Formats: sequence, structure tokens, C-alpha cells
Amino acid sequence: MSKLDWQRATVTAIRPETPRVKTFTLRLPQWTPHLPGQHYTLRLTAPDGYQAERSYSIASPPEQTGEIELTVEAVDDGEVSGYLFEGVGVGDQLEVRGPIGGYFVWRGMPDARPLLLLAGGSGVVPLMAMLRHRQRAKLRNPTVLLFSIRTPEEAIYQEELKSMAAADDTFTLLLDYTRQAPAGWTGYHRRIDKALLAEVMGQFAASPECYVCGPTGLVENAATALLELGLPAQDIKTERFGPTGG
Amino acid sequence: MVKSSERQLVFSFLALAFTTPYPLLKKGGELALSSNFKQILMPPSFFNQGFQRKRPSNHKLPPGQYETKDFPVLSAGPTPRIALEKWSFSLEGLVEETKKWSWQEFNALLQQEFNPDIHCVTQWSKFDTKWRGVSLDTLLEHVQLKPEASYVMATSYGGYTTNLPLADLREGKAFIGLTYDGQPLTPEHGGPARLVVPHLYFWKSAKWITSLRFMAEDEPGFWERAGYSMYGDPWKAQRYADDDE
Repeated sequence: MSKLDWQRATVTAIRPETPRVKTFTLRLPQWTPHLPGQHYTLRLTAPDGYQAERSYSIASPPEQTGEIELTVEAVDDGEVSGYLFEGVGVGDQLEVRGPIGGYFVWRGMPDARPLLLLAGGSGVVPLMAMLRHRQRAKLRNPTVLLFSIRTPEEAIYQEELKSMAAADDTFTLLLDYTRQAPAGWTGYHRRIDKALLAEVMGQFAASPECYVCGPTGLVENAATALLELGLPAQDIKTERFGPTGG
Repeated sequence: MVKSSERQLVFSFLALAFTTPYPLLKKGGELALSSNFKQILMPPSFFNQGFQRKRPSNHKLPPGQYETKDFPVLSAGPTPRIALEKWSFSLEGLVEETKKWSWQEFNALLQQEFNPDIHCVTQWSKFDTKWRGVSLDTLLEHVQLKPEASYVMATSYGGYTTNLPLADLREGKAFIGLTYDGQPLTPEHGGPARLVVPHLYFWKSAKWITSLRFMAEDEPGFWERAGYSMYGDPWKAQRYADDDE
């Protein structure tokens, strides 16, 4: 079977990440190693034959063999995300194909350059696969995740990210609350702008590779600001999603 | 909830009894069966219990697509900003003489309205989009193509490329869009000018277009080198190279 044939995965775990985000662990009969940043397409079929497909970034690292984790945000009135949230339980089967995508990927080789990851909301998912791979592969390239969220309850993977940062002095986690910060917060508390990115870039001794994923507005602003700060266009990889992602 | 596997057993048994795949049954809805019986027969070999279409659509959607009223933005890197006085568009490669237009010259060409349905490989489709631009037929009148010209590489500011058969740009099938919804095309959506080839997946509709290069043989562009389909027909769901015939 070709790696892009549809296969029937089994849901082995469902973990709530935030009130609007869940991670589904899927065991795959035909697992192939993916690159961090790649996605799978998921297909739902109704009893009348109607089908809907959506693409979801892989959250798990390639070191986690035989299964993938897909982190899904509930979209208002979302045809597919709505069903995944309400109609799917452990043991159910879901059709998927992948891994897909050859551009927004980070290979994470031992000679990896410094890495700047910029996430808005659930845009953190493909970046999490990169961070998890980096951790499992014990890479020490200087890495920063700047994670922009509106409110504390939107912080996906928060505990894991904090312990990752605590255990690794080459990885820095920067949270940015754009709407409401937790009590006593002294970190970033505004939309990502050029001045903020200039500060973050100042943490790097050498020019980083940059991956930006989030809503269109954030990606547009951040990518434009990074260019203005002198980062070459080929070092800025972007992935966007809008409210229609699901 | 009832597990899909239990229901599935029943359906596969019935399907076996008739040895007719589901799509055929659907087309032949006139089969002399009681309506209840038909309903039982309809389900495909695998389905997700309880899943159903949320948004019925009057338009025809290609397989796997859903309708959106928004206009999502997808691109691989930063959005190039192109000053109009520096903008140019050219037809080059296998032509007798390269033709190049400035922004002013290009805007003086015959413009037409286009209202296509568009389909993105990331599964959204948008119906009745409102564009104004220059038909490729109009542009092709300005060059003499060499006989071996059969394919085209569209090239954008920022370095994006995508390949298409020449035939897919002719006979009203493609245009260079200059306005969207009555406004100049914004940079996120490919402004100042974007190729629009609505019958193919929208990555073929190169944003920030600056040239079309005519070629004798097909060559992969940016996404095509990354494993996407060489042609990208939404009605055949040609998303990835694996989907090509």
C-alpha cells in the first residue's frame, strides 16, 4: 500500500487540552515515520455516503512509533471537529491518510541551526511535533517558542512546555497573552509586533530558522516583521489557518 | 453509543448479497426496492456512525471539499509587497519574442468580469467569487508561441512557481486577476496581480504573478516538487502526486 492510501485508524486515547481543544491518539495499521510539521488528512463518511475531509497537523514526534496524535480545535459549527468532539470515543475507527507536506517541516538533524518557533493558538500543534522530536533526539540547538494566546485557558500543552523548558537550558518558552494574562504576569501582554520580535531575535547569537503557524493576521504580521528585521525570506516558513479550518 | 463496527457487519452482509458497490446503487436509485430497504442498502462499506452533512449546498462540491464564505489565506512564506512602479508581467520561454508589460500597460488591456467557483487543496471551496482581470486569451494574442510550447511555468514575486498545461490557460479557462470583490487585490490574496485558473486546485492560481514561461515539457513547480499533484484536478481529487493517474 502506498503511504497516501486511506487507512482505518483506531482511537486509543482522547485527551482534553483546553476547553476547546482535544488530542486524539490514533493507532495506525500502516504507520510511516513523519517529519515534524507534516499533517494527516482525516475523512468522515456519513451513512448516506457524504464525505468530509480536513487536514490536521501531527502533534506527536516520529519517535512515537505506530501511532500519531492529532490535536484538534473545535470550530464553531464545525462539521468535522464537531463530530470528533461529540461523536467519537476510544475504540472508534477513523479514516486517515498521510503523512503529507514537504515544506513546513523541520528535519531536526544533529547539526540543526538555531530555531525560532512562533505560534498563535492551535498553530502550536505542528511546532509541538518539532519540539517533541528535538527533545527525544536530545538536540541542543538554541530554540525559542513564542506562543501567542488570548487567555491562559487557551494554552495548549502548557505543562509539558513548561517542564520541557525547565529541563533544557537551550530551550526558552515565551508565552504572550494578548487579551487576558494570569494574575501577576510580567511577560508579554500584547499582540506580536516588530519590537517584540526584535527582542526575541536578540536572544539568538546566530540567525535562526523560523517557523510561524497561526491565524492569518498573526502570520502576516510576524512574517513581515521578521523580514524587516533582516531574516532572509527562505528562513521564514509559514502555515496559516483561518476560522474555516475545521 | 452504538459502535460503527456492529452496524457495519450488517451492511457488509447486505452489500455482499447484492455484490454491487455502493456508488452504483446510489446512481441506480430506481432499483425496485422498498424505500426502507434502499435506505439500509445505501451505506458505504465504512462509515462514521452518527456523522452527517451539516451544511447542505446548492452548488456542486468536488469530492472532499466543503463550502466556505470566507476567503482563507494560504502561502508558504512571507507575503511579498510589490511597488506598482516596479511591477512587470511577461510572457517568455518558447515564444518568438518575449512580451513584457508595466503595471500601467497591463491595466490598459481589455478587462473582463469573472465569477468562478474556486477550490483549494486544503478542502475549502468558495462559490461565485467576483474578479476583474485580463483573460489569458487576451494576453496570448500578444505573442507568437513556438510550436513545441505545451506547458507553462507560472513564476511569482517571492520565488513561488507552479506548472500547468498550456491548454488549461486557453479558451476562457484562466485570467490574471486585478480586483477582487470590486477592490484592488490585496497582497495576502496575491495582489497586485494573481493568476486565476479556477478549474484546478487553487495553488495553481499563482499569487504575485510576474511571468509565464512556455515550455516543451512539463516541469514541477514549488508544491509539485514537494509531492503535490502535477495537474491538480479538484473533480478527480488530484491533491498529491499519488493521486495522479
